[in-house]
Amino acid sequence: MTSVFEQLEPLLFSVEKPARYVGGELGCQMPTHGEGIVSWLLAYPDTYEIGLPNQGLQILYEIINERSDGAAERTYAPWHDLETLMREHGIPLFSVESHKPAHEFHIIAFNLSAELTYTNVLNMVDLGGIPVRTQERGANDPVIIAGGHCTYNPEPLADYLDAAVLGDGEEVVADITEAVARWLAIDEPERTRAELHRLLSAIEGVYVPSLYRPVFDGAVQVGLERIADWVPEIVEKRSVQDLGEWPYPKQQLVPLMEVVHDRLNVEVFRGCTRGCRFCQAGMITRPVRERPTEQVIDMVQRGIERTGYDEVALTSLSTADFSGIEPLVAAVVDNERNAGRVSVSLPSLRVDAFTVGTAAKIQQVKRTGLTFAPEGGTWRMRRVINKLITDDDLYAAVDAAFSQGWRRVKLYFLIGLPSERDEDVLGIAELGRRCVEIGRRYHSNVTVTASVGGFVPKPQTPFQWHAQDSGEELQRKISMLRSKAHETKGLTIRWHEPKASVAEALMSRGDRRMGAVVEDVWRQGGIFQEWGEFFDLSRFETAMERAGLLIEDVTTRQRSVDEMLPWDHLSAGLHKDFLVGEYQDALGELGVEDCRWTPCYDCGACTTLGLEHHVASAIAPAGGSQGTGQGIDLSVPVSVGLRPTS
Amino acid sequence: MNRVPERVRIRYAKHGRIRYTSQRDMARVIERGLRRSRLPIAHSQGFSPRPLLAFSLALPTGCESLAEYIDLRFADGGGAGFDATADPEAGIEAAQWVAGVLQDTMPEGIEVASAGVLTGAEGSLQEQVTSCDWILEVAGMGAEQLSERIESLLVADQVLVERVRKGRKTADNLRPSIVTLFHRGSGSTPGTQRIEASLSTKPRGVRPVELLEGIDPTLRLVRATRTGQYETVDGERFEPLSLQGLVRAPVNVGVQGR
Ligand code: SF4
Repeated sequence: MTSVFEQLEPLLFSVEKPARYVGGELGCQMPTHGEGIVSWLLAYPDTYEIGLPNQGLQILYEIINERSDGAAERTYAPWHDLETLMREHGIPLFSVESHKPAHEFHIIAFNLSAELTYTNVLNMVDLGGIPVRTQERGANDPVIIAGGHCTYNPEPLADYLDAAVLGDGEEVVADITEAVARWLAIDEPERTRAELHRLLSAIEGVYVPSLYRPVFDGAVQVGLERIADWVPEIVEKRSVQDLGEWPYPKQQLVPLMEVVHDRLNVEVFRGCTRGCRFCQAGMITRPVRERPTEQVIDMVQRGIERTGYDEVALTSLSTADFSGIEPLVAAVVDNERNAGRVSVSLPSLRVDAFTVGTAAKIQQVKRTGLTFAPEGGTWRMRRVINKLITDDDLYAAVDAAFSQGWRRVKLYFLIGLPSERDEDVLGIAELGRRCVEIGRRYHSNVTVTASVGGFVPKPQTPFQWHAQDSGEELQRKISMLRSKAHETKGLTIRWHEPKASVAEALMSRGDRRMGAVVEDVWRQGGIFQEWGEFFDLSRFETAMERAGLLIEDVTTRQRSVDEMLPWDHLSAGLHKDFLVGEYQDALGELGVEDCRWTPCYDCGACTTLGLEHHVASAIAPAGGSQGTGQGIDLSVPVSVGLRPTS
Repeated sequence: MNRVPERVRIRYAKHGRIRYTSQRDMARVIERGLRRSRLPIAHSQGFSPRPLLAFSLALPTGCESLAEYIDLRFADGGGAGFDATADPEAGIEAAQWVAGVLQDTMPEGIEVASAGVLTGAEGSLQEQVTSCDWILEVAGMGAEQLSERIESLLVADQVLVERVRKGRKTADNLRPSIVTLFHRGSGSTPGTQRIEASLSTKPRGVRPVELLEGIDPTLRLVRATRTGQYETVDGERFEPLSLQGLVRAPVNVGVQGR
């Protein structure tokens, strides 16, 4: 086995944060490679400090390394300074554990969590000395695959990936390991890429783009040809039913330098049926699968004692909804072994006073700031997106926060939502103003920050047909909101660059022709596009023009619900009828309940995949008004619609 | 539970890949190690209590060291506060025990080498340490030329390096901080030359890369090891763990519990 460490070492004095490249974390593994072992290089297409905490990657790292026929190491995108030196000295992309060159691994598996990292994927493959285009790779090149939320429309990377995996990775990695082992056992010249693709496509949840040929007419994709009859028409996602069977990561990596989310992270459930219509994560991970409370408590306590962290985050899309939240929080906070020094954080707070109470219980030490996500500036807007929080819910939550000692409140909003009017945008300033007012009752000095992001209609959501606001329109709304908010002292507006929302839309909604754009932007030097200081829309504009594509066709063009979408053959289980119905209800300002506690409306997630909700409690959590119909102040009429179940 | 003295000074070595962990990150590694060790470390008061530990001079990222120091303060309740001066044997035993427990929680490359009980007369490490010794391996220049450079540096009154402070360029004179400087033939890494230096912390501390810049800007640092940190008492140098009044455990505990 080769290692590039000796070549790398003399360069490490000259780069920023060299700890990014040397591994050695607590939990770091040194797997054996060799005969009969399929080696995986798990790659995160952003810096080490962003990628290291990724739970999906860490889970697969352990599962693969537990297999007798598998070995997994990790790699992250080298920062500009090291990349330049690597190219100068002919050092290829390497793993952080054994510093083995990327091209010596059998599989390179990318985690795609953000669309603007696509150019980094190409850059890393290229830095590995591997042809970026699938077509140009041969029998001895690694298999390049990807998983993660972005793979529900992997078309922009279709020409660069051997396969994309939909859904949960826990089980599918076994199937892929076995398929690749079978392929590697074939003698050349029979060991062709075509044979590899055939083997991979037989696995449930694995999409092999080379087996499909999209047909275009102008802006629109009008057809999708399969190269043979055995190619599946629809690829369904993989889902694990019982998280209790997968208590991973068992040995969370503890890095030797500061990273994001630098704390113990324990996943308490997967999936969310709150039904927020803009939320891709919620739509593609249905149904809800909770981890048994006892197992969570055990993972938290073992994790704290093993890692030495003094903070644990209970992760999920909406942790306050976890049925066992109260006993869980009590078990951590009251455990004598933690000496009152371990704090629990809930990364996603539900907007109600009850939740603030829970937060108060667990953040006895550091009461810095609380974050809520009303997402829409008016009650009308929130009905459209099905985030059923009334103004009063928000004020009660904020009142509870300020009265219990917090002085900083952060609110998350989206602008550019379907049917949005200027008054909805200005509603953000009004909510903010009232929140500041409430805060002043308790403290002389309070800050309320409203963070505003530009909405990108994502694939596999009810808004997938909807026209996105142009960059200019988003900018106009931000300016309008800022000047309104200016009237309130103590209210700060933060916003996401509208140009980045345009590029994000191109990458997340594009069809296969977008591949040329990804490659062009990368060749122009456009890497690390998630980083504001390196992002530049003009590279995308140039690339679109060179590819003969129009930005408007992808972003601001309204699609009819009959139009074929580039991701229609990829399924998260959701029926098209459900998505169309939700879209229509949205425009009719009609909310929908949470199917955990009300009858199923057959969105398709459970029925298509043969799954069911896995929750410990059949009763909605106390105080949670959001989507449960409980405790909503009806002074403002709300219509919560129940969809017929057939 | 063993008796834990109120204040303990630890010396450790840092080598291998952990040398790429910065001083700031090293503090976090040690804090997590202390929590895993369950030693009754004391905490500061206030909104976000921090464990009470203090480092000696920051070790630049990428450098190895044979002599890094931390002072730890333990809380009552763990049996703190016994008089180590009156019972030196118990003091030695307690310091050794703390060092061993801590070693078990440290990542590969950190080796706790020695420990002592502080009895109260000592100042902080930051105030005490007045000079550091280094072994550097450098590339980019032949042996003869390097010897010449070093000789001419030693006879010069000024060794200027440019620094940017608050957006303004200034020239710093490093010469007063360079106590000794020797060229010692070729280094252990192929193609390198070995330099040994003793650098004073006054009027200002000098980092190895700055020293090389002062010798000749074309030199490249390949390896750097801090071999010692010293206090000066009446013109004589002492290691911060060999001071009078301090009850010291002379035994190497680096391999204990491994
Ligand atoms: S199939 Fe029914 S129960 Fe399952 S997530 Fe969809 S609506 Fe909810």
